[in-house]
Amino acid sequence: MIAAYLVLFIPFVGIIFFAIVGHKTDMGKINVWLNGICLLASIWLAINVLNQGTILSPNKAFLIDPFNVYLIALTAFVGLTTSIFSSSYMAHEKELGKLTDNRLKLYYSMYQGFMLAMYMVLTTNNMGIMWVAMEGATLATVLLVSLYRTPESIEAAWKYFILCGVGIAQALFGTILLYYAAVQIGDGENALLWSVLYENATQLNPEILQIAFVFLLVGYGTKIGLVPLHNWLPDAHSEGPTPMSAVLSGLLLNDALYAVVRNKMLVDGATHNNMAGYLMMGFGLLSFLVGALFLHRQKDIKRLFSYSSIEHMGMMTFAFGVGGPMATFAALLHMTVHSLTKSAIFVTVGHAAQITGTQSMDKIRGLIKTQPRVGWGLLIGTLAIAGFPPFGVFTSEFLVLLATMHSYPWLAPFLLLGIGIAFAGLFRHVQPMVYGDKPEDQNPVKANLWPVIIHLGLVLWLGLAIPEFLANWFSQATLLISGSTPL
Amino acid sequence: MHIEQTDFYTQAILSMAALVGLTSFLMLGQSRLLRLIFVFALQGFLLTITTVLAGYSLDSHHLYISAALTLLLKVIFIPWMLRREVMHMNAQRSIQALKNKTMVMLGGASLMVFSYYILHPIVPTTSPVMLNALAVSLSVVLLGMLLMISHRQAVAHVVGFMSIENGLFFAAIVATKGMPMVVELGVAFDVLVAAVLFGIFFLHIRTSIDSLDVDLLNRLNEVDK
Repeated sequence: MIAAYLVLFIPFVGIIFFAIVGHKTDMGKINVWLNGICLLASIWLAINVLNQGTILSPNKAFLIDPFNVYLIALTAFVGLTTSIFSSSYMAHEKELGKLTDNRLKLYYSMYQGFMLAMYMVLTTNNMGIMWVAMEGATLATVLLVSLYRTPESIEAAWKYFILCGVGIAQALFGTILLYYAAVQIGDGENALLWSVLYENATQLNPEILQIAFVFLLVGYGTKIGLVPLHNWLPDAHSEGPTPMSAVLSGLLLNDALYAVVRNKMLVDGATHNNMAGYLMMGFGLLSFLVGALFLHRQKDIKRLFSYSSIEHMGMMTFAFGVGGPMATFAALLHMTVHSLTKSAIFVTVGHAAQITGTQSMDKIRGLIKTQPRVGWGLLIGTLAIAGFPPFGVFTSEFLVLLATMHSYPWLAPFLLLGIGIAFAGLFRHVQPMVYGDKPEDQNPVKANLWPVIIHLGLVLWLGLAIPEFLANWFSQATLLISGSTPL
Repeated sequence: MHIEQTDFYTQAILSMAALVGLTSFLMLGQSRLLRLIFVFALQGFLLTITTVLAGYSLDSHHLYISAALTLLLKVIFIPWMLRREVMHMNAQRSIQALKNKTMVMLGGASLMVFSYYILHPIVPTTSPVMLNALAVSLSVVLLGMLLMISHRQAVAHVVGFMSIENGLFFAAIVATKGMPMVVELGVAFDVLVAAVLFGIFFLHIRTSIDSLDVDLLNRLNEVDK
């Protein structure tokens, strides 16, 4: 349990520390250290859970089970590698004169604030607090999206704030309805605790839970970026600083999906029909196809990859909706590999944009000649995200397809079609950016590409062979979500 | 069951629900910003009364804390901040024409009917009073969203946003005697931070487009220009 408290305490200290001295040089390195300690603590926590099973803190405030512990470790890992990237990236932005001291303070402080909110969403046992933390994550990132204070970034941040604020208000209404159903059978103060709710799931009123789930799905779905509630996502990703795009895509979307899946587990227990699953399949498939189609008409490199995030989140939502051990296992794996790949891509995209001084894809050319490592990183990352074997994304997409063919064969062609369209959309844009001749005015930037190498290496490893402890981990989580193990 | 057969508390809650619903409609039809803010403060005040009433009748004393928080945040702080902003923008006299007021009001009425329709399945398991309370709070949420869609001013958007929160609070108080204290405090904290952020954003939007008309925020879209 100490490990969980540590994971929450370090970012909290970080917020205050950076708010005071965040503008000094080397703060990027301290940010890396803080995230590094968090990663160690989360690994310690994961080992505890693997050895003892689900941990419930003595005052019942925190619940760590195999499902959220791997997301905690993933969050800490991506948080660490992104902070390594942001250290050199932000130093360069400051040299360019895009940022002032105060904004740098704000940036580092809110980076930790965002991490704290993410850990809170994952560790808390109280679904009300989960909502509060999710809203907190929005508030922490809104100011970061408008960090450059350009009219575009302010517009993006305003849109993000309003749409996610209103969207997530629906989730609070869902939470209130669920609480209403829960107080009818049990005690007031504890009625919102996941541990209590799961025990009494079968007694909850199915009618109310169905209504509640619609609100919860729409509410948290806004944050996942499900079509048609996705409007904020490409804007926020394209206008905010690139490290923020990496953590938004890699972490925030995952955590919002985590909230939906937790609620689905509860609703499934009460209703005994697959209503929640069908809703998630519908929204998921729509997002998947729309995301894939919109890849084709993008001009901005960060918008391109944010539509790719919508597409992949759609696929995960679909897979969780299909349910069953294999689809759930695939969705968990896909969450992991998508986070790793997408944050790696955003690192290379950030450097590519710094090299050329623009985010417009028409102007980025010949990356392999200008700075080979960035170019290759972008190319291999795109290969991985498009689902090429032997990368992990291929494995998980293949498993999703298999599960779909088994349960809903008539939906499998749509998935294949979407994968094909997305593949064409990505390569059509990425190919001219990495190959070709180097334009005149492009200069290499100081880039730290270790995060990319490590992430893509891990994704490759997961595609070739999933290590046994991780498979075991996913199986336990699958058991928790769908009631049986895939292996 | 007739309303005169119920106890005093239930009758009072039903009246409060009616009044809160009414304020939502008043906001929807309002074209002057200062009056809009005033009606919003009124809604917050009704919410405070409801909370005190529920706290007193149901003997749950933590509701007094929520009532105090609502009073401070929704009746005093946020309206004050918005009012100052409107004064600063010199927009107090500007009447922004709603494009189609009749349609907006009719839309609002349909949304209220729709809320009753959605929540009807809960009737067999609970009292009709609950249905009213939940349906009114849902329609306050939906009317808040309609307010945001139909008005063009950033100030009106904030009012809509906060009135959505009011609807949620009403549901939480009436249906479930308030959420657990720790959640209430968390939500109140989020609302406070959101209000402060809105203040910061007004400043940025004003410096960036020299107006608070969010229709002018239209640089980012997928349509080729």
